[in-house]
Amino acid sequence: MIRIERRLVQPRWLSVAVPIGTVVVAFGVMTIVLLATHHPPGHTFDRLFTTGFGGKDALNGTFVAATPLLFTGLCAAVAFRMQLFNIGGEGQLYVGAIVGAAAAIALGNHSGWVSVPAMIAAGAAGGAAFALIPGILRAFFSTNEIITSLMLNYVGALVIDYLIFDSQSYWRDTSSPTAKVFPQGKNFPDAASWPLAHAGGLLLPFGFLAGIVIAFLIWVLYTRTRFGFEVQVIGDSPRAASYAGMRTRRKILAVMALSGAIAGIGGASQDGDFRHTLDPRGLTSAGYGYAGIVIAALGRYNPFAVVVIAFLLGGLQNAGFALQGADFPSGLVGVLQGLILFCALGGELLVRYRIRFDRQVAATA
Amino acid sequence: MILAAGINDSVIVVVLASAVVYGTPLLYAALGELLAERSGVLNLGVEGMMLVGAVMGFWAVQRTGSLLIAIVVAAVAGAAMALIHAFLVVTLRANQIVSGLALTIFAGAAGLSSYLGNTLNVADEPARRTFDSFLPHSWRSAKVVGPILLDNNALVFASWGCVILVALYLNRTRLGLNLRAVGESPAAADAMGINVTAYRYAHTVAGGAFAGVGGACFSLAITPQWVDGLTSGAGWIAIALVIFAFWRPTLCIVGAYFFGAFSGIPFTFQARGILSGVPPELFQALPYVMTVVVLVLVSSAGARRRLGAPGALGTPYVREER
Repeated sequence: MIRIERRLVQPRWLSVAVPIGTVVVAFGVMTIVLLATHHPPGHTFDRLFTTGFGGKDALNGTFVAATPLLFTGLCAAVAFRMQLFNIGGEGQLYVGAIVGAAAAIALGNHSGWVSVPAMIAAGAAGGAAFALIPGILRAFFSTNEIITSLMLNYVGALVIDYLIFDSQSYWRDTSSPTAKVFPQGKNFPDAASWPLAHAGGLLLPFGFLAGIVIAFLIWVLYTRTRFGFEVQVIGDSPRAASYAGMRTRRKILAVMALSGAIAGIGGASQDGDFRHTLDPRGLTSAGYGYAGIVIAALGRYNPFAVVVIAFLLGGLQNAGFALQGADFPSGLVGVLQGLILFCALGGELLVRYRIRFDRQVAATA
Repeated sequence: MILAAGINDSVIVVVLASAVVYGTPLLYAALGELLAERSGVLNLGVEGMMLVGAVMGFWAVQRTGSLLIAIVVAAVAGAAMALIHAFLVVTLRANQIVSGLALTIFAGAAGLSSYLGNTLNVADEPARRTFDSFLPHSWRSAKVVGPILLDNNALVFASWGCVILVALYLNRTRLGLNLRAVGESPAAADAMGINVTAYRYAHTVAGGAFAGVGGACFSLAITPQWVDGLTSGAGWIAIALVIFAFWRPTLCIVGAYFFGAFSGIPFTFQARGILSGVPPELFQALPYVMTVVVLVLVSSAGARRRLGAPGALGTPYVREER
């Protein structure tokens, strides 16, 4: 008989062995999936890694793919830490992109020193406002934030569609005859293009660097301030928090707004770093928000871990997009992400519990 | 006859008829989620289970031409997905919320369902056979009840049977009583000699089978074809529906058709040119916005007493830690 017991002490080596084991098992299961569907696993994995991480071009592409994931990952991590399951990062990113784009167009082609900070602020404000809808509903009506924030993702996507495809909105390009037939967003002025850092042949998007700074700020906020302490107490034990007189309602609003603001900056980064227009198809088809949940969970809500994992999953996603075709079906990357997440969840058990094979019980049972 | 045709052609009847059509997948998925939640297992992976059910059911009908086999395959596929969740949360005691989200990402629109659709080569082709209305024409064209209730396919009629069966099972059988005990207080159920683990596994997996059939409603009846992300959020609406229904199967049917109506309205209004000045996105957003609105109404009313929610919902049961 197998018994599962709670560990009294957690050995140090486990915190290294379990993540490695997680990845090994996930790839093992993936191999079975690939074999079952007649794809050669060795070849597939080899192509996945070369296209994601092999060489400067691959890494540059990976930074591009990792940037939005870094923001949505931090968005989820910040909220999940308080057991506040904001899965609306996707929609908050859309709204950040919409408001950020409005700032980019409105400020014209004057100076990047004005446009870039304004886009960041606008994106943050848009994302925060959109996240406050489920935040307020949760704080004042105790409405399940998982479902409301998720429903708003669909609403956000429809808003972008409306602005570009079904209206003569401020964001839509109506100047040229082709733009009237094939709806598209206005191109931004050059001042709204975010700078690109060059480092040893690698091109680092400004948004990625900003994301790392934000990760550091979150770490400071959550580990070095009273606010962060209260958030962690509320997350670990809501009852203890209320006995201690912590204002849970305010924290819900603040954390939701913070979480949405981060996703919103991710949307503004999509505008300023990469797309230079409000691009409905590109934004709504990528599923950044959902990947962010995977990243936050794998990083156990630690902001620095989120940076690393966003980079790694960005590589997978980059390779997935680049390789998509007949012999490399879409959905493969999602399957792999899901498997890694399942294995990580299972691995948690080994950290918290130990498994014993108890002969005596088997004899009597 | 002319009068009948007139009534049957009126907007209200058409909307109600579409409510039944679009409500049916919601009803299956919600019944399944209800069974799982009644055992204390929250499964947020409904969307993923529906999509895998939809693609596998569609594949089966293309391969075999048999709708019955297709439905069985869809149910088995959904159940297989639910089994992953059950293993993680019951045996491995993982966080139910994170595990359910993981299941949606694993199986969902950008995951396994899309992968299967590609690998099995079923995208962009019409279904070989679909679920159609089968009652005699005179019945189907009866005033009001014809188009709304009788002009429907076997999946719709079967869903009514499922509601009754689930309601009887929960409230009138020993197994149902045990199930409710497991969901309310697993420690008490365990003390009574009920196998908590077995009940949780069985009902989570059964819930997955229902979700798979719900997904197949899209690929074999409503849309009838396979495209990535075909269910477009129906799984999430189904989870919300269980809350509106206060965890009662008979109320699920009301909620399902309510949301079905909002899902059907964009198509009906567009076809009729009703409110054609209003952007279509506004109507398309209706089911999602209404889900939020109704959820707020229900939760603010039920916040004080958590109306009907199983007591142990979302918590793992570990005998040694009681």
